Amino acid sequence: MRAGSREVAESCLDGITMEMVATYCDRLHSSKPDLAARRIEAIGFQVGQQLAERYTRDRPRFTDHLEVIKFICKDFWAEVFKKQIDNLKTNHRGVFVLQDTRFRWLTRISVDSPLTPSEANNTTLAAAQAGGKYLYFPCGLIRGALTNLGVPCAVSAEIAALPACSFIIRIKV
Amino acid sequence: MVRQLLTDFEDVEEVNKQLDTMGYNIGIRLIDDFLSKANVTRCSEFRETADVIAKIGFKMFLGVTATVSNWNADFTECSLVLDDNPLVDFVELPETCQGLYYCNVLCGVIRGALEMVSMRTEVKWARDMLRGDDAYELRLKLIEHVAEEYPYKDDD
Repeated sequence: MRAGSREVAESCLDGITMEMVATYCDRLHSSKPDLAARRIEAIGFQVGQQLAERYTRDRPRFTDHLEVIKFICKDFWAEVFKKQIDNLKTNHRGVFVLQDTRFRWLTRISVDSPLTPSEANNTTLAAAQAGGKYLYFPCGLIRGALTNLGVPCAVSAEIAALPACSFIIRIKV
Repeated sequence: MVRQLLTDFEDVEEVNKQLDTMGYNIGIRLIDDFLSKANVTRCSEFRETADVIAKIGFKMFLGVTATVSNWNADFTECSLVLDDNPLVDFVELPETCQGLYYCNVLCGVIRGALEMVSMRTEVKWARDMLRGDDAYELRLKLIEHVAEEYPYKDDD
């Protein structure tokens, strides 16, 4: 713990995250999942901007987009999720895929074990849907951080298999 | 999150209520976390409950302590004064939000947690530094002990 920094229990953050998703997806906008998604993403965007500022206060300016993306993968992710991104891929044309094989907020989600192969398919879909709600905020987080650091972009996420997920960044020219 | 709620609701009172509800939902789960980690025995009276919240609860979850004070005559109401409030780092309330209780989530959390251990309470902010007061003070009031309900009657 750095001198002067304060910490609260992780269960508080888990509580707030779950409650934020429940409030927006189940209570406020239960019939409009896209609207709920946009709201949560907007919250993430705000937070991402502010965190980016805080975490880069003592650093010199970034020289190019790749440096910013690497910062997100290493320092930023480590500050927020206590680990780094596991895999970074790019097509060298402005699209980056960040893979987290054990995304912290997905480790708490469980789906009932399937009994038949057809149920197995449904389970994967159910898992993706259940987990997807928890990825709106991190997408916003990444978009906010990148935007504040001079990289305008769009961010989306995919769940391959819990608790692994990928964040896809498309840089806007 | 508070900022977004303000944008979505535009009415400060509604935001206060939403925060309290969210806090309640968090509190009813947080109590399990607390009981599994805190190693406390059942509180025999409300005075003890307040102490446990102030000394152990706040420390465990927010990393700060609170002092208990201002008990009423029959020990059902007291104040919890926080020595620090990490929720408000970097926060300032603009003029348009003067009625907002930014930390209303905390009220709901305590209320929800206590309800899970059979106490119905009312928790409100008495003093809030974001609103110009000189401290963060919660007023905690015990309304009633709720008898534990068992799903099966013994003599049926």
